[in-house]
Amino acid sequence: MAQTIETHGGADLRPSGLRGVAADFSSDQRAFKTATWGKAMMWIFLLSDTFVFGCFLIAYMTARMSTPVPWPNPSEVFALHIGGQDVPLILIAIMTFVLISSSGTMAMAVNFGYRRDRRTTAVLMLLTALLGACFVGMQAFEWTKLITEGVRPWENPWGAAQFGSTFFMITGFHGTHVTIGVIFLLIVARKVWRGDFDVERRGFFTSRKGRYEAVEIMGLYWHFVDLVWVFIFAFFYLW
Amino acid sequence: MSETTAHAQVQTAHAQAHSGQQHPIGLYFFVWGLLFVLSAASYMVDYLGVQSYLRWTLILVFMMLKAGLIVAVFMHMAWERLALVYAILLPPLLVLVFVALMVSEADYTIFTRIAFFGATP
Repeated sequence: MAQTIETHGGADLRPSGLRGVAADFSSDQRAFKTATWGKAMMWIFLLSDTFVFGCFLIAYMTARMSTPVPWPNPSEVFALHIGGQDVPLILIAIMTFVLISSSGTMAMAVNFGYRRDRRTTAVLMLLTALLGACFVGMQAFEWTKLITEGVRPWENPWGAAQFGSTFFMITGFHGTHVTIGVIFLLIVARKVWRGDFDVERRGFFTSRKGRYEAVEIMGLYWHFVDLVWVFIFAFFYLW
Repeated sequence: MSETTAHAQVQTAHAQAHSGQQHPIGLYFFVWGLLFVLSAASYMVDYLGVQSYLRWTLILVFMMLKAGLIVAVFMHMAWERLALVYAILLPPLLVLVFVALMVSEADYTIFTRIAFFGATP
């Protein structure tokens, strides 16, 4: 009755579906057959970060649901005065498009990385970093605007006091992630430009051989930052 | 001996063929375009002033579509083994339990606040 399942042969021999899940996890080997440990660890880090942002958004939900004071209307708070009229939420919309564009250029960079097109990859990564820096710049502008209008973590002119604290906490933490991502992008882009991944030059810190997979792992982090923004945009700005 | 080497070479070739995520570039452009359209749609929800349940439904639908596209295509989850997909995508569902707990807690808090301090704070 006992069946043997191929767990370590070529990828085509491995079972798929739920049988594949059971076989992979019970193989007494690494569980993630097609993901290297670097990629798996980035995924697990992103999972933990999901919980951090999840907790922030839940805290925001709890504060907003439990206050008897009306919540400030984000559509009006984040409106910009352009051409003699208030355009609702326009800055946030532009920030969203900038971040999505940066995600697109990042996906392209990963693609060209695996084609071993060193220059195109590096240029696309620098473009991604530039868009990311634009995003952080616009966020700084938004913070400045709100602070001059009197928004503080403990009060604001329009309604529930918790608006300020959740706003600064959530967008601040996200902005920090974008900033770290930009630095991370510049470091990896430099390595790509220098050809580290073509000659398998060893990393100065890890001493591991450089591979183009580093670009994909970098991409995972960057797409995650975009992913978090999707949720912040929906729950904080649109709700 | 030479047979094992040949076998090992075949395995390495397999591993190389599957470790690199190589997909047609048109797919990325298509998803990129879709993300733009979905973002524009969710912005229109606010711009056109859609309210109440229709607003919340539309926001959630556009949000989940965008998140799904980013994770599946840009982060290559669609081409990973199911073991990794389940290990990463199932645990966040537990956050929904936390959400349910805090909805109940927030309901209780607002109830007591109104009961003790009246409708006005």
